[in-house]
Order: sequence, then structure tokens, then C-alpha cells
Amino acid sequence: MTKEERLKKRYRAEKRFQMYGLISVSCALIFVLILVQNIFSKGSSAFSRTMIEVQVNFDSNLLELDGPVTQTSLKDAEFYDLAVESLLKIYPSKDTKEERQVLRLFSPDYEYEIKDYLVKNPNKINQIVPVKITASDDIDQLNKGNFPRDLPEDRRRVSNYQLNIYDNLVEEGKIDKKFNNYFFSKGDSRDPELAGIGGSLMGSFFTIIICLALSFPIAIMASIYLEEFAPKNKITEFIEININNLAAVPSIVYGLLGLGILLSVMEFPRSTPLVAGITLSLMTLPRIIIPCRASLKAVPPSIREAALSVGASKFQTVFHHVVPLAMPGTLSGTIIGLAQALGETAPLILIGMVAFVVDIPSTPVDPSASLPVQVYLWSEQAERGFVEKTSATIMMLLGFLIVMNFIAVYLRQKFEKKWN
Amino acid sequence: MELNNSKIKIKAKNLNVYYGAKQALFDINLDINQKEVTALIGPSGCGKSTFIRCINRMNDVIDICKVEGSIQLDGSEINEKKVDVVTLREKVGMVFQKPNPFPKSIYDNIAYGPTIHGVAENKDQMDEIVETSLKKAALWDEVKDRLNEPGTSLSGGQQQRLCIARALSVSPEVILMDEPCSALDPIATAKIEELIDDLKKSYTIVIVTHSMAQAVRVSQKTGFFHLGKIIEVDSTEKIFKNPDNKMTQDYITGRFG
Ligand SMILES: Nc1ncnc2c1ncn2[C@@H]1O[C@H](COP(=O)(O)OP(=O)(O)O)[C@@H](O)[C@H]1O
Ligand SMILES: [Mg+2]
Repeated sequence: MTKEERLKKRYRAEKRFQMYGLISVSCALIFVLILVQNIFSKGSSAFSRTMIEVQVNFDSNLLELDGPVTQTSLKDAEFYDLAVESLLKIYPSKDTKEERQVLRLFSPDYEYEIKDYLVKNPNKINQIVPVKITASDDIDQLNKGNFPRDLPEDRRRVSNYQLNIYDNLVEEGKIDKKFNNYFFSKGDSRDPELAGIGGSLMGSFFTIIICLALSFPIAIMASIYLEEFAPKNKITEFIEININNLAAVPSIVYGLLGLGILLSVMEFPRSTPLVAGITLSLMTLPRIIIPCRASLKAVPPSIREAALSVGASKFQTVFHHVVPLAMPGTLSGTIIGLAQALGETAPLILIGMVAFVVDIPSTPVDPSASLPVQVYLWSEQAERGFVEKTSATIMMLLGFLIVMNFIAVYLRQKFEKKWN
Repeated sequence: MELNNSKIKIKAKNLNVYYGAKQALFDINLDINQKEVTALIGPSGCGKSTFIRCINRMNDVIDICKVEGSIQLDGSEINEKKVDVVTLREKVGMVFQKPNPFPKSIYDNIAYGPTIHGVAENKDQMDEIVETSLKKAALWDEVKDRLNEPGTSLSGGQQQRLCIARALSVSPEVILMDEPCSALDPIATAKIEELIDDLKKSYTIVIVTHSMAQAVRVSQKTGFFHLGKIIEVDSTEKIFKNPDNKMTQDYITGRFG
């Protein structure tokens, strides 16, 4: 082979290598794009909700309100009859079967929506006012264009009669879409149009706070002790190896641990963020200790020598200089650990966080779901309304993870700048 | 140079140092005189750093390092477990090869030592300590208007003088310098040398140096180390003009090193 041929061959090899690199990067990007596009196209419609405008007659006689109209008297009043009467008026009929079909255009919470409206606007009493009521999931999907209208009637959930009413309502401009605040404020529900991630958001929030409160101080103390104070001998070496092993243990094993010890032996309340937080903190602990020790190790020995040489004790050297310098790296490690905990599903399923919980938890010992478990729960439901909510929840979860990772990267870059 | 008339500040007797199984210093006997500059020279890895780190017990930090023998400071033994290293390091300051200011403001760099030892009673006293330390290190004029800037923003030579000022801030009696100029340019080096000359009026200084010229310029006494042993110690004049030992002769004339 001549020198020229060898040169050409080398160039070709380099080109080829670059090509492989480009191909794999593009593959990765394409997969990410497909994933994101899929989630967005399915999930974005969950952020709006279809409303039907209804003329409501807030007749105080119907509400059986005798005496002054106050917030409490309104809250205690029975709205059912008034609500049904107003709803039926959108398409009057004498047939009870047909009437039932009309009511089924609305989400079953209409009674409370009408009540809430009057509680918020008590001056509307004895007036006829247009009120927007949440439509049922079927009408919601119909309005969003996800409903197969061309199926034969006996195979779809909306009858011809209902379709006809819907079309009339559209013509009259009574069908409207608005921002779906229920998605953020409500707990889980059997009716997709009323289901929200409010409960699982709070559940995840409590879980992560407990996880942080337990794992962060313990991990920091353990890392500082192991890295700075522990004698380097067989015992610490053994501990070190096992911390690395623990970080690699599949998360479901921690779920079994939580089930076996926290629930069975210690009898902590099931399905609660408390148990979830403790379980996840066991999992997160080694995952924080490792980056935490790495960032302590990364503090140059010259800084320690500088402090020691002016007469700082070991303790002062570590806490005045080494720990503050390691803090950004430690925090970024902690955030990444927590982000992993936030997305964790398997251990939570084992400790019973898969329960169907309607109420939004107000303390960490209330039964609750969490975001990833909510995804899991909804993904098993057939209704189109849950499909879009599954994707929307994934979007929220991804959003949180991206924000957390962004903060972690930011902290780390700030940290690196210091030494270069 | 009447060595015998000077008061001995530090006395090392039969000092042996081991890193694990490896012996780094062999039976070192060395006297360091008060208010005088003692230079330690010798090829890389001969144990100069190891030796001066014994004087402020800096080797304690290295787990595998074992120091045997005796070092006396003003006649009292410092190489014993019961000696408090914090008090010792207050008396024996150190300046390192690579300038290592804390990643903090210039002011805080100097104030850190006095703060942990509780020397200053109030802010005014601290300001004064910072000012005098910086003045002694000949850095005051250059930084007095930017005491709140980070110490790491200074030039290499300024950083090294900041480290000297930091060492001076706790009013030590001895200053150990481990190749303080090896990371600096000639002009910064000249400044430090001038400073050392000035400081020796009030402090006992031990300096490790790779530069024969520097040893000649700043020191009154020189010790030549080779493979963990002291080959020859004498007045700097004698060592560089007329050494007793053939190896010393070879080293200072640049035949090995
Ligand atoms: N932390 C350490 N661990 C193990 N061996 C060391 C350590 N520091 C120095 N040594 C060894 O001790 C010997 C003397 O080193 P040193 O005192 O740094 O020499 P010098 O400062 O004269 O160049 C060298 O052989 C070096 O390899
Ligand atoms: Mg050295």
C-alpha cells in the first residue's frame, strides 16, 4: 500500500465513523420526536373541555329557600330538581327515555356546577341566566372530533337522538370549549371529563417532599462522613461497595421492602405519600450518596491544605470550605435522584398507591395516587377521555422532569466554571 | 555567618518518614535558626516537601504517612499525638507550590484564619489585621480598592502573595514555603524574593526551592537532600562556594537533578 492509499483509507475510515455517529444521533432524535409528537397529539386536547350553555331559572321556590339568601342557605339547598328542569329545557320532550338521553349529554356533576354558579353569584337568584355546564365525555370527544359518527347506531355510545340535539346546539352556538381547569384541580373520577391530576399532583408533591426530607440530610451526612472522616479500612470499603450495589437494585425490590416492613410490620397507613416517600427515600439514598461523594472528591486538595495550614480543624475545613464548594454538585445529584423518584411507579404499586382515590389528599397520611401511577391507572381505561388524559399527565410528568434536570445541569455547569 | 550564635528555632532529630512501606526520609537531623531563611534543595522526589510538611504536621492528613523521630519547636516536642495541631499551625504557617486562595473574596481569604482563632474582637480589628497582613505581603497597594473581588481573580504572583498574607494573618512564628515561585514568572518571583528578604526580620522561614540562584539570593543556610537523606547542611555561602560533599558539588553545578 502506498502512502497515498493509506492516507485515503484513513480519511475514509474517519468519514465512515462520523457517518455512524450521525446516524445513531438521528435515530435517537427521531424516536424522541415520535414520542413527543405522539404524546402531544393525543394529550393536548385534554387541556380543554366542552361546555353546553343552558338557561337556568334560579327560582327560589324551586330551591325551597324561605328566609334570607345566604351562602350557607344556598350551600344547603337542594339543586337537583332545578338543575334537571333547566337541562331538559334545551330539548323538551315528554318521553322519559328521551329525557334521560338529554341528561346524559351532560357530565353527572351538573347539579353541583349549577349550585356553584349561584353560590358565586348570589345576586342571580330569581333570574334566568345562561350557565355553562360541562358536557359528558362522549359529547366532549364528539366536539373534539374524536368520536366515530359514521358507525351504526347500535355500536356507538351516542344515539341518533343525542346526535341530533348536539347538532342543533352547535347551530345555536351553545357548544363551547374552555380551558380545562378540572384537569388540574380535581381528583380521579370514573367520568373522564371530571377526572383530574389534582390528587396525584398533591400525592407526588408530598411523596417527593418526604423523600427529600429523609434522603437529603442522611445522604449528605453519610457522604461527608465516608468521604472526609471515615478511616479508610476494610469496613468502609465494604460499605462503599454496598452503596454502589444498592444504587443498582431494581426499584421494585424497595417496594417489596416498603410492603414487608412499613405496611406489614410497622402498620403505616396504606396508599399514602408517607409510605411512598419513605420507600422512595430508601431507593434514592444511595443514588444521592454517589454523586454527593463524587462532588466532595472533586474539591481540590489544595483548598483543604489551605484551610488546614491556617489552623482550621478537620471539622472546620470540611464544613467551611469543602462542603460549600461541593454543594452545587451535591444539589444537582439530589435533584436527579428526586427526578428518578418522581417517575418511579413499580414500588408505589406494591405499597398500594394504585388505589382509586377521588379526594385530593391534604396531608401525607391521606390515601393518594401519584403522577406516574395515575398514568398507569388511566392507561388501562378504554374511554377516549382517559386516553387523552393519560398523555396529558405524561406531558406534566415530563415537564417536571425536564425542569428538574435543567436545574441540575445549570447547577453543575456553575460548579464546573469555578475550577476552570 | 556565625551559625553557632543564632538561636535554634526548629530542631529535627533522627526523623524517619514512611509512606506505607516506602521510606521517604532517613534519619534527618537539621537545625533551623530563628529569623533566618533556610533553603532546602535537592532533586525531585528527595523528600523536601515531606520534610517541611512534618514541621506543621501536615502529613497527618495522609493516612499512610508515618512520622518517627523528634521535631522540636522552641525546645518543645511537636511530633507527638497530644500536641494540638491547630495551635501548632497557628505558629507555623505554610505557603504552597501552587497558589491556593480560597474561592472567596480577597478580604475573606485573609480574615478566615483570624476568624476561626477568634483573634479579632470586632470588624475594625479585623479590617486592621487584613490591612497589615496585606501590607506585610506587599499586596495592599494593588488590592486595597477591590477587597471584595474574588481572590482567584488576581494574577498568579498576586495570588501567591495573597497566600503569604493569609499565612501572616494569624501571626505565625515560622513560615514554610514549598517551592512558592515555581508557578510564577520571573517578575513575580523577584517580588516574592524581595518579600522573603523583608519577612525574615520577623519570621523564621523555611523555603524549598528548585532554583540554586534563588537559594543563594534569599537564604542564609542551605540543606541539600538526596534520596531521603540530608547530604550536607551549612551556610548558604559555604554550600555554594565550597561544599564538603562531592554530591552537593555535582548538584549545584547542575551535573544532576
Ligand atoms: N502522599 C504520598 N503518598 C505516597 N508517597 C508519597 C506521597 N508524597 C510523597 N511521596 C513519596 O515520597 C518521596 C518524597 O516526596 P516529596 O517529599 O514530595 O519530594 P520533593 O518535594 O523533594 O520533590 C517521593 O518518592 C514520593 O513519591
Ligand atoms: Mg515537593
